[in-house]
Amino acid sequence: MTENAKAVQREPLVRIVKRGEISAKKAWLIRALAALGAVLTGALLILALGHNPVAVYGQMVVGAVGSKIALVETIKIAIPLLGAAIAIAPAFKMKFWNIGAEGQIMAGAIAASYFALFYSQSLPRPLLLAVMMAAALAAGALWGVIPALFKAKWGTNETLFTLMLNYIILGFEQYLQNGPWKRPSSGGFPKIAMFDEAARLPRLFGVHIGWIFVLLLVVGMTIYLRRSKQGYEIAVVGESERTARYAGMNVSRIIVRTMLISGAIAGLVGFLQVSGANYTLTENTAGGIGFTAITVAWLAKLNPVVMVFIAALLAILQKGSGRIQTEFLIPASAAEVLTGIILFFMLGCEFFINYRLVLRGKEQKHG
Amino acid sequence: MDSLINLLVAAVLAGTPLLFGTLGEILTEKSGNLNLGVEGIMFMGGVAGLAGAYYYERAVQSPSGVLALIIAVVCAFLCGAFGSLIYSLLTVTLRANQNVTGLALTIFGTGFANFFGEVMANRSESGYAAVGDTVKAAFAGIHIPGLSDIPVLGRLLFSYNILVYLGVAVALVLAWFLRHSRKGLSLRAVGESPQTADAAGINVTRYKYAATCIGGGICGIGGMYIVMVTCGGIWVHDCVGGKGWIAVALVIFAMWSPARALLGSLVFGALSIMRLYVPLGIPTQLYDTFPYVATVLVLIFVSLRRRRENQPPTSLGVPYFREDR
Repeated sequence: MTENAKAVQREPLVRIVKRGEISAKKAWLIRALAALGAVLTGALLILALGHNPVAVYGQMVVGAVGSKIALVETIKIAIPLLGAAIAIAPAFKMKFWNIGAEGQIMAGAIAASYFALFYSQSLPRPLLLAVMMAAALAAGALWGVIPALFKAKWGTNETLFTLMLNYIILGFEQYLQNGPWKRPSSGGFPKIAMFDEAARLPRLFGVHIGWIFVLLLVVGMTIYLRRSKQGYEIAVVGESERTARYAGMNVSRIIVRTMLISGAIAGLVGFLQVSGANYTLTENTAGGIGFTAITVAWLAKLNPVVMVFIAALLAILQKGSGRIQTEFLIPASAAEVLTGIILFFMLGCEFFINYRLVLRGKEQKHG
Repeated sequence: MDSLINLLVAAVLAGTPLLFGTLGEILTEKSGNLNLGVEGIMFMGGVAGLAGAYYYERAVQSPSGVLALIIAVVCAFLCGAFGSLIYSLLTVTLRANQNVTGLALTIFGTGFANFFGEVMANRSESGYAAVGDTVKAAFAGIHIPGLSDIPVLGRLLFSYNILVYLGVAVALVLAWFLRHSRKGLSLRAVGESPQTADAAGINVTRYKYAATCIGGGICGIGGMYIVMVTCGGIWVHDCVGGKGWIAVALVIFAMWSPARALLGSLVFGALSIMRLYVPLGIPTQLYDTFPYVATVLVLIFVSLRRRRENQPPTSLGVPYFREDR
């Protein structure tokens, strides 16, 4: 009896046990609770600033989806986020930490802008747009494949490589903006000229047709990752490179191929940004989208369909925070703070989905 | 000669925030945690350091510069450590992915700092959050009678602000700690092989938490340096602007050695201000990419050489869960 009591005492208060299976309902319940926790934490912050959280959250939603103009703006924010998240998905599935989507977007944007600025007179519109898109795909793929080649050949750390490429291409854009591509009439303020009408994407239902592109990408990427042989190979390499090798897969080739795809899609997002959203190229064309998209992709567990909702949520936050700045004088950076809090909660809650906590003494009943 | 000295002095001043960031991240990575949140942590430290000095200055009648400096350092350290605590809680205890958590921390920290920086500015009468001259003077270069007056050497060695010397001191202490202390050995063991460390009776979780939080605190001081020294004690929107990421890269450049971090931050500091001193006929914007190009070259170089002592801690970025063995 005493011996037994001693054994019980030595056991830690809480033990962590991996869950075998968890019902989808329970998993979503945990996620919903975590989201609620994030909203409440944000509410505390708003309260601390002396505002009414309900009113602030309410204005946020109104500001993001309350009118048609606002809704269009929100969708315009969501499009590149979703596109970039889809771009990141295959790379992350392969455990290739591509945090260079930001730069790949910029590379695509620069390439598309080149044709928009210098060929808008000489090419018919459909051809011009097609050439811009092709250039963006190629440039994004090129900027994405460089670190992949080094990773495949020498195992060079891709996280930092892709990251550094972001800043290098950004510097290149700033050079173009201040030098060769600077609009002569812009005076002291370096700016690139607005695109001609021919180089702008047409609109459908008030939003540039980029939304059709990204929705098609959602379907395409879902099928690619779930149903295709290449998608399967990506999953195997992500789980274990060794297994992939034993199975006779050419790991280097898969890494390079996947990053070509990932970079190309990010490049396409760059094209959508310059041709659909901004009609010009600026240093903010990528504007952190590549980074935020990583969190979109991860929160969605790399599931493209779920990404639609996450991207929409973050877009609402971002648009809505502009509203609360004018209404309550709360700085617009609140969007990033709230995004961060949501991310923390969602990242943390996965633990409770994958593991369960066993209190001291409880296990005996099962054993 | 004179312009060379100017370049060196400017390089030291520009390199110091990078040095803090690099040292903090080296300590963090030695525990096997790859914290990509350095940028966010530096932001958090920056705004907290400013807030500490700013509110202290307004709270007392005749503020003391030295005390303001100490308060700024402590606030920056604590806030940086707080950011890293979130990271540790998520990655060590709740087993979240390190890359994603670090990025989330960067998003959060950037927003956090810009948010509170702006709140501070909105609530001040002048419309911007800036410290007064007494406090600013405490962050200016020192003058030691005699020593600082030595030609050349005086400027090169005895003319900086106190934080520069603090950074060098942290580097030396960290170098000694990692190589020559018992706890440093244990920490390296945790980073190289947590299984082995665990079996040897080292509390892996405690070491990871401690190294990450203290490392984050050091990064936070780097952010405070940017606000108080580089920006002159005023909150500037997005002031850290990528320096945290350079610090992450510098860790690799320094090959996880605090002593080489001294050299690395000097080189990168020089690269970042060189265009003002050494005209090469290259457009400014391309000049600004030099540190990043250099980092890429170092990355490639390190992966090509594969010397054992130059490699990252073996378990870097790999989570350790005792039950998963």
